[in-house]
Amino acid sequence: MATHRGRGFAAINYPIGMNLGGDPSQALVHSNPDGKFTVALSAIDLGQGMKSVTRQIAAETLGVPVEDVYVDTADSDTGPHDMGSFASRGTHRMGNAVIQASNEARSVMLEAAAEELEVDAADLVTDGKGNIHVKGAPSRSITTMAAAQAAQFKQGRTIAGRGIFLIPLSEVDPDTGEMTPVSCFAHAAMLVDVEVDDETGEVAVIDMQSAYEVGRALNPKLVEQQLRGGAWMGMSHAIWETTEPYYPSREHGPEDFNSYLMPGPGDLAPHHISVLERPAPDGPYGGKGPGEMCANPVLPAVVNAVYDAIGVRIDDLPVTPEKVLRGLRAQGGAKPRRML
Amino acid sequence: MAKKPVNFTLNGDARAAFAEDGQNLLEFLRRGVGDMSPKYGCGQGTCGACTVMIDGETQLSCLVLAEAVDGKEVRTASGLPSPALDPLQVAFMENFAAQCGYCTPGMLVSARALLDRNPRPSREEVIEAISGNLCRCTGYETIIQAILAVAEGRVRA
Repeated sequence: MATHRGRGFAAINYPIGMNLGGDPSQALVHSNPDGKFTVALSAIDLGQGMKSVTRQIAAETLGVPVEDVYVDTADSDTGPHDMGSFASRGTHRMGNAVIQASNEARSVMLEAAAEELEVDAADLVTDGKGNIHVKGAPSRSITTMAAAQAAQFKQGRTIAGRGIFLIPLSEVDPDTGEMTPVSCFAHAAMLVDVEVDDETGEVAVIDMQSAYEVGRALNPKLVEQQLRGGAWMGMSHAIWETTEPYYPSREHGPEDFNSYLMPGPGDLAPHHISVLERPAPDGPYGGKGPGEMCANPVLPAVVNAVYDAIGVRIDDLPVTPEKVLRGLRAQGGAKPRRML
Repeated sequence: MAKKPVNFTLNGDARAAFAEDGQNLLEFLRRGVGDMSPKYGCGQGTCGACTVMIDGETQLSCLVLAEAVDGKEVRTASGLPSPALDPLQVAFMENFAAQCGYCTPGMLVSARALLDRNPRPSREEVIEAISGNLCRCTGYETIIQAILAVAEGRVRA
Protein backbone atom coordinates (compact mmCIF):
# COMPACT_ATOMS: atom_id res chain seq x y z
CA MET A 1 0.00 0.00 0.00
CA ALA A 2 1.46 3.31 -1.02
CA THR A 3 0.94 6.91 -1.96
CA HIS A 4 1.48 7.66 -5.63
CA ARG A 5 2.35 11.02 -7.09
CA GLY A 6 1.12 12.11 -10.46
CA ARG A 7 1.11 15.19 -12.64
CA GLY A 8 -1.59 16.20 -15.10
CA PHE A 9 -1.87 18.89 -17.72
CA ALA A 10 -4.83 20.54 -19.40
CA ALA A 11 -5.37 23.53 -21.67
CA ILE A 12 -8.65 25.20 -22.50
CA ASN A 13 -10.31 27.81 -24.68
CA TYR A 14 -13.18 29.64 -23.08
CA PRO A 15 -15.73 31.65 -25.09
CA ILE A 16 -16.65 35.05 -23.67
CA GLY A 17 -20.40 35.59 -23.67
CA MET A 18 -23.04 33.62 -25.53
CA ASN A 19 -24.83 33.57 -28.85
CA LEU A 20 -28.17 34.44 -27.26
CA GLY A 21 -30.16 36.85 -29.41
CA GLY A 22 -26.89 38.66 -29.93
CA ASP A 23 -26.20 38.78 -26.19
CA PRO A 24 -26.55 42.58 -25.84
CA SER A 25 -25.69 44.84 -22.94
CA GLN A 26 -26.74 48.46 -22.60
CA ALA A 27 -25.33 51.26 -20.51
CA LEU A 28 -26.48 54.81 -19.78
CA VAL A 29 -24.09 57.46 -18.51
CA HIS A 30 -25.01 60.93 -17.28
CA SER A 31 -23.36 63.72 -15.37
CA ASN A 32 -24.75 65.20 -12.19
CA PRO A 33 -24.60 68.92 -11.41
CA ASP A 34 -21.52 68.37 -9.25
CA GLY A 35 -19.60 67.14 -12.28
CA LYS A 36 -19.62 63.55 -11.17
CA PHE A 37 -20.96 60.79 -13.37
CA THR A 38 -23.47 58.00 -12.89
CA VAL A 39 -23.29 54.83 -14.96
CA ALA A 40 -26.57 52.90 -15.02
CA LEU A 41 -26.36 49.18 -15.73
CA SER A 42 -28.77 46.34 -15.15
CA ALA A 43 -26.10 43.70 -14.79
CA ILE A 44 -25.34 42.61 -11.28
CA ASP A 45 -22.09 42.59 -9.36
CA LEU A 46 -22.05 39.28 -7.51
CA GLY A 47 -18.69 40.04 -5.98
CA GLN A 48 -16.70 39.49 -9.15
CA GLY A 49 -15.92 43.21 -9.33
CA MET A 50 -18.09 44.30 -12.25
CA LYS A 51 -18.86 47.63 -10.60
CA SER A 52 -15.17 48.32 -10.04
CA VAL A 53 -14.19 47.44 -13.60
CA THR A 54 -17.00 49.35 -15.32
CA ARG A 55 -16.21 52.31 -13.07
CA GLN A 56 -12.57 52.22 -14.22
CA ILE A 57 -13.66 51.91 -17.86
CA ALA A 58 -16.09 54.84 -17.59
CA ALA A 59 -13.51 57.05 -15.86
CA GLU A 60 -10.86 56.22 -18.45
CA THR A 61 -13.19 56.98 -21.36
CA LEU A 62 -14.75 60.11 -19.87
CA GLY A 63 -11.33 61.39 -18.82
CA VAL A 64 -12.37 62.01 -15.22
CA PRO A 65 -11.05 60.67 -11.89
CA VAL A 66 -12.32 57.22 -10.97
CA GLU A 67 -13.64 58.70 -7.71
CA ASP A 68 -16.01 60.85 -9.78
CA VAL A 69 -17.85 57.86 -11.26
CA TYR A 70 -20.64 55.99 -9.53
CA VAL A 71 -21.93 52.75 -11.02
CA ASP A 72 -25.58 52.06 -10.28
CA THR A 73 -26.77 48.52 -10.85
CA ALA A 74 -29.76 48.88 -8.62
CA ASP A 75 -32.74 47.69 -10.57
CA SER A 76 -33.21 45.75 -13.79
CA ASP A 77 -36.81 47.08 -13.98
CA THR A 78 -35.71 50.67 -14.37
CA GLY A 79 -32.17 50.34 -15.75
CA PRO A 80 -31.16 49.80 -19.37
CA HIS A 81 -31.54 46.25 -20.67
CA ASP A 82 -28.84 43.67 -20.08
CA MET A 83 -28.68 39.91 -20.61
CA GLY A 84 -27.05 39.50 -17.20
CA SER A 85 -23.95 38.48 -15.30
CA PHE A 86 -23.01 35.06 -16.68
CA ALA A 87 -20.76 33.38 -19.23
CA SER A 88 -17.85 35.61 -18.16
CA ARG A 89 -19.44 38.33 -20.28
CA GLY A 90 -19.50 41.25 -17.86
CA THR A 91 -16.22 43.01 -18.57
CA HIS A 92 -16.41 42.38 -22.31
CA ARG A 93 -20.06 43.19 -23.06
CA MET A 94 -20.85 45.78 -20.40
CA GLY A 95 -17.41 47.32 -20.70
CA ASN A 96 -17.91 47.94 -24.41
CA ALA A 97 -21.38 49.40 -23.80
CA VAL A 98 -19.92 51.67 -21.10
CA ILE A 99 -17.21 52.89 -23.50
CA GLN A 100 -19.80 53.79 -26.12
CA ALA A 101 -22.03 55.58 -23.62
CA SER A 102 -19.08 57.37 -22.02
CA ASN A 103 -17.79 58.57 -25.39
CA GLU A 104 -21.16 60.14 -26.17
CA ALA A 105 -21.34 61.79 -22.74
CA ARG A 106 -17.74 62.97 -23.05
CA SER A 107 -18.42 64.67 -26.37
CA VAL A 108 -21.33 66.65 -24.86
CA MET A 109 -19.19 67.52 -21.84
CA LEU A 110 -16.49 68.88 -24.16
CA GLU A 111 -19.09 70.88 -26.13
CA ALA A 112 -20.33 72.42 -22.88
CA ALA A 113 -16.76 73.23 -21.84
CA ALA A 114 -15.99 74.64 -25.31
CA GLU A 115 -18.94 77.00 -25.08
CA GLU A 116 -17.72 78.30 -21.71
CA LEU A 117 -14.10 78.66 -22.85
CA GLU A 118 -15.16 80.04 -26.26
CA VAL A 119 -13.00 77.54 -28.12
CA ASP A 120 -13.56 74.63 -30.49
CA ALA A 121 -14.53 71.39 -28.68
CA ALA A 122 -12.12 69.49 -30.94
CA ASP A 123 -9.22 71.39 -29.31
CA LEU A 124 -10.10 70.26 -25.79
CA VAL A 125 -8.54 67.45 -23.76
CA THR A 126 -9.16 66.10 -20.26
CA ASP A 127 -6.42 65.63 -17.68
CA GLY A 128 -8.10 62.79 -15.81
CA LYS A 129 -8.02 64.87 -12.63
CA GLY A 130 -11.27 66.77 -13.09
CA ASN A 131 -10.12 69.43 -15.56
CA ILE A 132 -10.74 70.12 -19.23
CA HIS A 133 -8.26 72.33 -21.04
CA VAL A 134 -7.16 73.49 -24.46
CA LYS A 135 -4.62 71.12 -25.94
CA GLY A 136 -1.16 72.59 -25.33
CA ALA A 137 -2.55 75.39 -23.15
CA PRO A 138 -3.31 73.99 -19.69
CA SER A 139 -4.14 77.43 -18.34
CA ARG A 140 -7.18 77.71 -20.64
CA SER A 141 -9.13 75.26 -18.50
CA ILE A 142 -12.43 74.60 -16.82
CA THR A 143 -13.28 71.97 -14.24
CA THR A 144 -15.62 69.15 -15.18
CA MET A 145 -17.85 70.38 -12.37
CA ALA A 146 -18.06 73.88 -13.86
CA ALA A 147 -18.73 72.42 -17.30
CA ALA A 148 -21.47 70.19 -15.88
CA GLN A 149 -23.05 73.10 -14.04
CA ALA A 150 -22.93 75.32 -17.12
CA ALA A 151 -24.59 72.57 -19.14
CA GLN A 152 -27.24 72.02 -16.49
CA PHE A 153 -28.09 75.57 -15.43
CA LYS A 154 -27.03 77.81 -18.32
CA GLN A 155 -26.81 76.01 -21.62
CA GLY A 156 -29.63 73.54 -21.21
CA ARG A 157 -27.61 70.53 -22.32
CA THR A 158 -27.77 67.00 -20.98
CA ILE A 159 -24.29 65.56 -20.54
CA ALA A 160 -25.34 62.01 -21.15
CA GLY A 161 -24.60 59.05 -23.35
CA ARG A 162 -26.15 55.81 -24.53
CA GLY A 163 -24.23 52.64 -25.18
CA ILE A 164 -25.01 49.16 -26.40
CA PHE A 165 -22.76 46.27 -27.30
CA LEU A 166 -24.29 43.71 -29.59
CA ILE A 167 -22.73 40.93 -31.59
CA PRO A 168 -25.52 40.02 -34.01
CA LEU A 169 -26.95 36.54 -33.54
CA SER A 170 -25.04 34.00 -35.60
CA GLU A 171 -27.38 31.65 -37.50
CA VAL A 172 -26.29 28.12 -38.28
CA ASP A 173 -25.59 27.43 -41.94
CA PRO A 174 -28.08 24.60 -42.70
CA ASP A 175 -25.72 22.94 -45.20
CA THR A 176 -22.42 23.06 -43.36
CA GLY A 177 -23.43 23.61 -39.73
CA GLU A 178 -21.04 26.51 -39.72
CA MET A 179 -21.60 29.45 -37.41
CA THR A 180 -19.67 32.15 -35.58
CA PRO A 181 -21.14 32.18 -32.11
CA VAL A 182 -18.20 33.79 -30.33
CA SER A 183 -15.89 36.69 -31.11
CA CYS A 184 -13.52 36.42 -28.19
CA PHE A 185 -11.86 33.54 -26.38
CA ALA A 186 -9.88 33.44 -23.15
CA HIS A 187 -7.31 30.68 -22.67
CA ALA A 188 -5.73 28.79 -19.83
CA ALA A 189 -3.24 26.01 -19.18
CA MET A 190 -2.66 24.20 -15.94
CA LEU A 191 -0.33 21.68 -14.34
CA VAL A 192 -1.64 19.86 -11.28
CA ASP A 193 0.26 17.56 -8.93
CA VAL A 194 -1.70 15.01 -6.93
CA GLU A 195 -1.12 12.31 -4.39
CA VAL A 196 -3.28 9.22 -4.58
CA ASP A 197 -3.50 6.81 -1.67
CA ASP A 198 -4.06 3.35 -3.16
CA GLU A 199 -5.36 1.99 0.16
CA THR A 200 -8.05 4.59 0.87
CA GLY A 201 -8.58 5.85 -2.67
CA GLU A 202 -8.16 9.45 -1.53
CA VAL A 203 -6.81 12.03 -3.94
CA ALA A 204 -5.10 15.17 -2.67
CA VAL A 205 -4.21 18.08 -4.94
CA ILE A 206 -0.84 19.24 -3.66
CA ASP A 207 0.19 21.89 -6.17
CA MET A 208 -1.30 23.90 -9.03
CA GLN A 209 0.60 25.92 -11.62
CA SER A 210 -1.41 27.90 -14.09
CA ALA A 211 -1.19 30.37 -16.93
CA TYR A 212 -4.31 32.35 -17.74
CA GLU A 213 -4.64 34.54 -20.81
CA VAL A 214 -7.29 37.15 -20.00
CA GLY A 215 -6.79 39.86 -22.59
CA ARG A 216 -5.73 42.91 -20.65
CA ALA A 217 -6.09 42.53 -16.87
CA LEU A 218 -8.08 45.72 -16.33
CA ASN A 219 -7.90 45.32 -12.56
CA PRO A 220 -5.03 42.93 -11.78
CA LYS A 221 -6.01 42.29 -8.16
CA LEU A 222 -9.59 41.47 -9.11
CA VAL A 223 -8.33 39.17 -11.87
CA GLU A 224 -6.07 37.34 -9.44
CA GLN A 225 -8.93 37.06 -6.96
CA GLN A 226 -11.15 35.50 -9.61
CA LEU A 227 -8.44 33.08 -10.72
CA ARG A 228 -7.53 31.98 -7.20
CA GLY A 229 -11.09 31.50 -6.00
CA GLY A 230 -12.27 29.96 -9.25
CA ALA A 231 -9.43 27.46 -9.48
CA TRP A 232 -10.14 26.44 -5.91
CA MET A 233 -13.72 25.77 -6.92
CA GLY A 234 -12.46 23.77 -9.90
CA MET A 235 -10.35 21.64 -7.55
CA SER A 236 -13.40 21.17 -5.39
CA HIS A 237 -15.50 20.03 -8.36
CA ALA A 238 -12.71 17.69 -9.42
CA ILE A 239 -12.36 15.70 -6.19
CA TRP A 240 -15.05 16.77 -3.72
CA GLU A 241 -18.32 18.31 -4.75
CA THR A 242 -21.34 16.82 -6.38
CA THR A 243 -25.07 17.16 -5.97
CA GLU A 244 -25.45 13.63 -7.27
CA PRO A 245 -25.61 10.68 -4.89
CA TYR A 246 -22.34 8.82 -4.53
CA TYR A 247 -24.23 5.53 -4.24
CA PRO A 248 -26.98 4.19 -6.38
CA SER A 249 -30.04 5.74 -4.82
CA ARG A 250 -31.17 9.33 -4.59
CA GLU A 251 -31.56 9.21 -0.79
CA HIS A 252 -27.78 9.25 -0.46
CA GLY A 253 -27.51 12.59 -2.20
CA PRO A 254 -26.24 15.51 -0.15
CA GLU A 255 -28.87 17.74 1.43
CA ASP A 256 -26.83 20.13 3.51
CA PHE A 257 -23.28 21.19 4.33
CA ASN A 258 -22.83 18.10 6.50
CA SER A 259 -23.10 15.82 3.49
CA TYR A 260 -22.18 18.17 0.64
CA LEU A 261 -18.42 17.90 0.65
CA MET A 262 -16.28 20.95 0.07
CA PRO A 263 -12.63 21.57 0.84
CA GLY A 264 -12.04 23.94 3.73
CA PRO A 265 -9.18 26.32 4.40
CA GLY A 266 -7.07 23.36 5.56
CA ASP A 267 -7.37 21.59 2.20
CA LEU A 268 -5.78 24.20 -0.02
CA ALA A 269 -3.12 23.50 -2.58
CA PRO A 270 -0.54 26.18 -3.35
CA HIS A 271 -1.53 27.81 -6.63
CA HIS A 272 1.12 29.58 -8.68
CA ILE A 273 -0.60 31.88 -11.15
CA SER A 274 0.78 33.54 -14.26
CA VAL A 275 -1.46 36.07 -15.98
CA LEU A 276 -0.76 36.53 -19.67
CA GLU A 277 -2.00 39.78 -21.18
CA ARG A 278 -2.82 39.80 -24.88
CA PRO A 279 -5.36 42.60 -25.34
CA ALA A 280 -8.48 41.40 -27.15
CA PRO A 281 -9.17 43.34 -30.37
CA ASP A 282 -12.86 43.74 -29.56
CA GLY A 283 -12.53 43.94 -25.77
CA PRO A 284 -12.89 47.14 -23.74
CA TYR A 285 -9.29 48.36 -23.44
CA GLY A 286 -8.41 44.79 -24.42
CA GLY A 287 -10.19 43.05 -21.53
CA LYS A 288 -11.81 39.62 -21.76
CA GLY A 289 -13.49 37.73 -18.92
CA PRO A 290 -11.62 35.58 -16.40
CA GLY A 291 -14.82 34.59 -14.58
CA GLU A 292 -15.78 31.01 -15.30
CA MET A 293 -12.80 29.72 -17.20
CA CYS A 294 -10.56 29.88 -14.14
CA ALA A 295 -12.22 26.70 -12.82
CA ASN A 296 -12.26 24.79 -16.09
CA PRO A 297 -8.67 23.58 -16.62
CA VAL A 298 -8.41 22.18 -13.09
CA LEU A 299 -10.84 19.32 -13.66
CA PRO A 300 -9.18 17.65 -16.69
CA ALA A 301 -5.74 18.34 -15.21
CA VAL A 302 -6.69 16.54 -11.98
CA VAL A 303 -8.13 13.57 -13.87
CA ASN A 304 -4.97 13.37 -15.97
CA ALA A 305 -2.82 13.59 -12.84
CA VAL A 306 -4.72 10.69 -11.26
CA TYR A 307 -4.16 8.66 -14.43
CA ASP A 308 -0.46 9.55 -14.31
CA ALA A 309 -0.26 8.49 -10.66
CA ILE A 310 -2.06 5.14 -10.70
CA GLY A 311 -3.04 4.38 -14.29
CA VAL A 312 -6.75 4.64 -13.57
CA ARG A 313 -8.70 6.71 -16.10
CA ILE A 314 -11.73 8.26 -14.41
CA ASP A 315 -14.34 9.81 -16.70
CA ASP A 316 -17.04 10.64 -14.18
CA LEU A 317 -16.62 13.56 -11.78
CA PRO A 318 -15.88 14.00 -8.99
CA VAL A 319 -12.93 11.66 -8.49
CA THR A 320 -14.17 10.02 -5.30
CA PRO A 321 -12.27 7.40 -3.27
CA GLU A 322 -14.85 4.84 -4.33
CA LYS A 323 -14.17 5.38 -8.03
CA VAL A 324 -10.42 5.28 -7.46
CA LEU A 325 -10.65 2.01 -5.53
CA ARG A 326 -12.97 0.41 -8.09
CA GLY A 327 -10.57 1.44 -10.84
CA LEU A 328 -7.60 0.04 -8.93
CA ARG A 329 -9.40 -3.24 -8.32
CA ALA A 330 -10.40 -3.55 -11.99
CA GLN A 331 -6.81 -3.22 -13.20
CA GLY A 332 -5.23 -5.20 -10.36
CA GLY A 333 -3.55 -2.39 -8.43
CA ALA A 334 -1.78 0.85 -9.11
CA LYS A 335 0.07 1.13 -12.41
CA PRO A 336 1.89 4.45 -12.30
CA ARG A 337 2.29 5.78 -15.83
CA ARG A 338 5.71 7.25 -15.17
CA MET A 339 7.03 3.74 -14.46
CA LEU A 340 6.13 2.59 -17.99
CA MET B 1 -46.14 31.57 24.53
CA ALA B 2 -44.66 34.33 26.63
CA LYS B 3 -41.94 36.60 25.40
CA LYS B 4 -38.83 36.59 27.53
CA PRO B 5 -36.90 39.74 28.45
CA VAL B 6 -33.22 39.49 27.61
CA ASN B 7 -30.76 41.93 29.15
CA PHE B 8 -27.34 41.72 27.59
CA THR B 9 -24.43 43.73 26.25
CA LEU B 10 -24.18 44.10 22.50
CA ASN B 11 -20.84 45.40 21.28
CA GLY B 12 -20.28 47.21 24.56
CA ASP B 13 -23.75 48.75 24.90
CA ALA B 14 -26.34 47.56 27.40
CA ARG B 15 -29.39 46.29 25.51
CA ALA B 16 -32.75 44.94 26.55
CA ALA B 17 -35.25 43.30 24.22
CA PHE B 18 -37.95 40.66 24.28
CA ALA B 19 -37.16 37.31 22.71
CA GLU B 20 -39.87 35.14 21.27
CA ASP B 21 -40.18 31.79 22.97
CA GLY B 22 -37.60 29.48 21.41
CA GLN B 23 -36.13 32.22 19.23
CA ASN B 24 -32.52 31.69 18.29
CA LEU B 25 -29.91 34.36 18.85
CA LEU B 26 -29.38 34.99 15.12
CA GLU B 27 -33.03 35.86 14.55
CA PHE B 28 -33.13 37.82 17.80
CA LEU B 29 -30.12 39.93 16.81
CA ARG B 30 -31.35 40.56 13.27
CA ARG B 31 -35.09 41.02 13.79
CA GLY B 32 -35.34 41.90 17.47
CA VAL B 33 -32.33 44.15 17.90
CA GLY B 34 -31.60 45.20 14.32
CA ASP B 35 -27.97 44.08 14.09
CA MET B 36 -27.87 42.67 10.55
CA SER B 37 -24.19 41.73 10.53
CA PRO B 38 -24.63 38.07 11.52
CA LYS B 39 -25.88 36.31 8.37
CA TYR B 40 -28.28 33.42 7.97
CA GLY B 41 -26.50 30.80 5.88
CA CYS B 42 -27.57 27.25 6.69
CA GLY B 43 -29.50 27.61 9.94
CA GLN B 44 -27.99 24.40 11.27
CA GLY B 45 -24.53 25.36 12.46
CA THR B 46 -22.47 24.19 9.49
CA CYS B 47 -21.56 27.36 7.56
CA GLY B 48 -20.35 29.90 10.14
CA ALA B 49 -22.02 32.93 8.51
CA CYS B 50 -23.83 33.69 11.79
CA THR B 51 -20.72 33.53 14.00
CA VAL B 52 -20.75 35.90 16.99
CA MET B 53 -18.74 36.13 20.20
CA ILE B 54 -20.46 35.42 23.51
CA ASP B 55 -18.27 36.38 26.46
CA GLY B 56 -15.30 36.24 24.09
CA GLU B 57 -16.00 32.76 22.73
CA THR B 58 -17.12 32.24 19.14
CA GLN B 59 -20.57 30.74 18.89
CA LEU B 60 -22.93 29.96 16.03
CA SER B 61 -25.83 32.27 16.77
CA CYS B 62 -28.30 30.10 14.85
CA LEU B 63 -27.76 27.34 17.42
CA VAL B 64 -27.98 29.51 20.56
CA LEU B 65 -31.27 30.38 22.23
CA ALA B 66 -31.69 34.13 22.52
CA GLU B 67 -32.54 33.92 26.22
CA ALA B 68 -29.20 32.17 26.84
CA VAL B 69 -27.32 35.45 26.36
CA ASP B 70 -29.16 37.11 29.24
CA GLY B 71 -26.47 38.80 31.34
CA LYS B 72 -23.77 38.09 28.78
CA GLU B 73 -21.62 40.08 26.38
CA VAL B 74 -22.27 39.59 22.69
CA ARG B 75 -19.95 40.89 19.99
CA THR B 76 -20.71 40.91 16.29
CA ALA B 77 -18.90 42.16 13.20
CA SER B 78 -20.75 45.47 13.45
CA GLY B 79 -19.10 45.97 16.84
CA LEU B 80 -15.65 46.12 15.32
CA PRO B 81 -14.36 49.70 15.64
CA SER B 82 -16.29 52.40 13.80
CA PRO B 83 -15.87 54.77 12.02
CA ALA B 84 -12.17 53.87 12.19
CA LEU B 85 -11.71 50.30 11.03
CA ASP B 86 -10.42 47.25 12.83
CA PRO B 87 -7.03 46.25 11.37
CA LEU B 88 -8.74 43.05 10.23
CA GLN B 89 -11.21 45.03 8.13
CA VAL B 90 -8.35 47.00 6.56
CA ALA B 91 -6.45 43.78 5.89
CA PHE B 92 -9.50 42.14 4.32
CA MET B 93 -9.80 45.08 1.92
CA GLU B 94 -6.09 45.28 1.13
CA ASN B 95 -5.87 41.56 0.49
CA PHE B 96 -9.10 41.37 -1.54
CA ALA B 97 -10.33 38.81 1.00
CA ALA B 98 -13.98 39.09 -0.01
CA GLN B 99 -16.00 38.73 -3.17
CA CYS B 100 -19.72 38.37 -2.50
CA GLY B 101 -19.09 39.23 1.16
CA TYR B 102 -21.68 36.94 2.71
CA CYS B 103 -19.15 35.02 4.82
CA THR B 104 -17.17 38.15 5.73
CA PRO B 105 -18.88 39.15 9.03
CA GLY B 106 -18.52 35.61 10.36
CA MET B 107 -14.92 35.42 9.17
CA LEU B 108 -14.12 38.73 10.86
CA VAL B 109 -15.63 37.58 14.17
CA SER B 110 -13.74 34.27 14.07
CA ALA B 111 -10.52 36.09 13.20
CA ARG B 112 -11.00 38.76 15.88
CA ALA B 113 -11.65 36.08 18.53
CA LEU B 114 -8.47 34.29 17.43
CA LEU B 115 -6.31 37.41 17.59
CA ASP B 116 -7.78 38.44 20.96
CA ARG B 117 -6.59 35.20 22.54
CA ASN B 118 -3.52 34.66 20.36
CA PRO B 119 -2.13 37.83 18.74
CA ARG B 120 0.60 35.98 16.81
CA PRO B 121 -1.05 32.85 15.41
CA SER B 122 0.66 30.57 12.92
CA ARG B 123 -0.85 29.85 9.51
CA GLU B 124 -2.13 26.52 10.89
CA GLU B 125 -3.79 28.29 13.82
CA VAL B 126 -5.45 30.76 11.45
CA ILE B 127 -6.76 27.89 9.34
CA GLU B 128 -8.05 26.15 12.46
CA ALA B 129 -9.81 29.34 13.61
CA ILE B 130 -11.73 29.83 10.35
CA SER B 131 -12.33 26.15 9.63
CA GLY B 132 -15.95 26.54 10.71
CA ASN B 133 -16.58 29.38 8.28
CA LEU B 134 -17.44 28.43 4.71
CA CYS B 135 -16.48 30.72 1.83
CA ARG B 136 -17.58 30.05 -1.73
CA CYS B 137 -15.70 32.72 -3.62
CA THR B 138 -12.17 33.30 -2.43
CA GLY B 139 -10.64 29.86 -2.04
CA TYR B 140 -9.71 31.03 1.51
CA GLU B 141 -6.12 31.94 0.68
CA THR B 142 -6.70 35.70 0.62
CA ILE B 143 -8.58 35.46 3.93
CA ILE B 144 -5.72 33.53 5.54
CA GLN B 145 -3.27 36.12 4.15
CA ALA B 146 -5.35 39.01 5.53
CA ILE B 147 -5.45 37.55 9.04
CA LEU B 148 -1.73 36.77 8.95
CA ALA B 149 -1.03 40.32 7.80
CA VAL B 150 -2.65 41.64 10.98
CA ALA B 151 -0.92 39.04 13.16
CA GLU B 152 2.45 39.98 11.69
CA GLY B 153 1.85 43.73 12.09
CA ARG B 154 1.82 44.41 8.35
CA VAL B 155 -1.41 46.41 8.38
CA ARG B 156 -1.59 50.15 8.83
CA ALA B 157 -4.78 51.01 10.67
